[in-house]
Amino acid sequence: MQKYLVRRALFALGTLVGVSIVIFVVLRVLPGDPLVAILGVEGHSRMTPADRVRIMADLGLSAPLPVQYARWISDISAGQLGKSFFRGDTVAELIAHRGPISAEIGILALVISWVVGLPVGILSAFKPNSIPDGLARALSVFFIAVPNFWMGMLIVLGLLFWFGYKAPILVVQVWQDPWQNFQIVIGPALVLGLAQGAYIARMSRSCLLEVIGEDFVRTARAKGLRERFVVMRHALPNAMLPVITISGVLLGFVLGGSVAVEQAFGVPGLGRALVTAVIERDIIVVQNLVLLYALIFVAVNVLVDLSYAWLDPRIRFG
Amino acid sequence: MMGAIVRELLRFSRRNTLSAIGGVVGALIIVVALAAPVLAPRDPLKADFRRMNKPPDAQSLLGTDQVGRDTLSRVIYGTRTSLFVAFSAVLLGTTVGSLWGVACGYLRGRFDLVSQRLMEIMQSFPDLILAMAISMAIGTGLPAVIFAIAITRIPFGGRVIRSVALSVREMPFVEAGRANGASALRVMTKHVLPQCVAPYLVLATTHLGVAIVIEAALGFLGVGVPPPTPTWGNMLADSITGLVPPWWLAFFPGLAITITVLAFNLLGDGIRDTLDPRLSPGFLRLVTGAGRAAPAAARPAAAPVSLTIPAGKS
Repeated sequence: MQKYLVRRALFALGTLVGVSIVIFVVLRVLPGDPLVAILGVEGHSRMTPADRVRIMADLGLSAPLPVQYARWISDISAGQLGKSFFRGDTVAELIAHRGPISAEIGILALVISWVVGLPVGILSAFKPNSIPDGLARALSVFFIAVPNFWMGMLIVLGLLFWFGYKAPILVVQVWQDPWQNFQIVIGPALVLGLAQGAYIARMSRSCLLEVIGEDFVRTARAKGLRERFVVMRHALPNAMLPVITISGVLLGFVLGGSVAVEQAFGVPGLGRALVTAVIERDIIVVQNLVLLYALIFVAVNVLVDLSYAWLDPRIRFG
Repeated sequence: MMGAIVRELLRFSRRNTLSAIGGVVGALIIVVALAAPVLAPRDPLKADFRRMNKPPDAQSLLGTDQVGRDTLSRVIYGTRTSLFVAFSAVLLGTTVGSLWGVACGYLRGRFDLVSQRLMEIMQSFPDLILAMAISMAIGTGLPAVIFAIAITRIPFGGRVIRSVALSVREMPFVEAGRANGASALRVMTKHVLPQCVAPYLVLATTHLGVAIVIEAALGFLGVGVPPPTPTWGNMLADSITGLVPPWWLAFFPGLAITITVLAFNLLGDGIRDTLDPRLSPGFLRLVTGAGRAAPAAARPAAAPVSLTIPAGKS
């Protein structure tokens, strides 16, 4: 088990190094001149060559690329995340200030997706092709297709019309005012959670149906166990692995989707900070935030793999 | 030939009514995209300052926006851009990914190992965030957006098709090709690739919906196709610039996205169910090239051995 843990962790570390190289290549190498990326073509052409050289040196962009990369990695390993080009605040402050809101949204969305998706999937599998099953499947097909940020926009519009809702302007942390904080995060979390819940319902239904057809379930039934007991204790644990996997994969949708959903709800989270940075071409901020998102995604998928080992002895000892 | 196609399509529709509806709606949407100049009642870019922010009425069925442009015309032209971006991105990304996957699955060894790590790295980014970063780096504009979305599709194609190729390479007819002295390239293109067409089609259809949503999200966030061009995402972004967004500006483009994604997803589900060879071998023949005996991802053992061994050579 320990060997497995170590191997998995090393694997993830390797992936992260690759991820950082990809980010670096995409943001520094592809566009050619980072000054054009920062200032736009017009802004760039208005500057004198001497200015360009000075600014490049100021930003630490004139060193050879491998040196820049090494500097970036050593900076982030020392906890130095750099500064925004356009604002005074450091990236670390940005993350500390905006991060908690986004983290809350993500976790709440995950909880909602399981709380809604799993029971619906189980009910569907109990009576396949019944009316409730049909309804559940239709709803999940619908929720998978609706773009979540659009659903967010419509909710905001509805609230605006009927309740005079205003988008939150300030960040309210959960430890400052839990109720106001909840009002900020519940909308995005609900929208993201329902879409993931649709996938989870679908997945748990099909996995359960597959497991229910197996011999050990027939044996359990033949023993005279009650149907509920058969499904909950015998079938469900065996159907859980793929559902947990898809939940890890879905986190990518939650992370990416939250960027657009935060924008739709006007929530001042990390996702909006990323969008602002992308539009302003704030390379240092984008670079570190994208790395952060990828880091979370990779870390959660390591956890998913570990939960596999915990749930399935064949992997633990294999 | 035509008759066979029609017969198979009818059979497909009987078994998968919902997917057939999805297919028909999808086809209609494609027609709308192609015939946009004919269908749109007005010029989608022309501002009309006498008719700004009008709710839906007889003159403009879906209302007008802040500068008086006709929403219906913009949604229709938006279909064009959005579908073009999605189709090109999926075609590019899934195709490159699939070819890469075939090479991985067939060649195995170090090439496969390195490729797998690369794909894993690409999949470590949330889709939308990677697309955002790429389109930021290479600049906005139609090709940049297509390229950005295509990149995010590559690992999906690679992974799925690789597993197909892995199982196909162990088939007797592939072995026979190798034994005949065919080069790796020839075996891959002549024997392995055709077996991957069916799963490729399923993959491409399912990813169309994803590509449309990513394109819309990029437009919505202001990093997609640049503004004057109407796309569904741009329209949604425009709609919330006002203090009180007019509901028709927010509602109709999103509805267009939802219907389109729903149609392609339903179609994709149906094709996936059908490509299970136990359900309908006929349709499989249809999509993988009529006449040739059915290859199948799920049951490659049914693949024709005799076709690939030239008579008198083995």
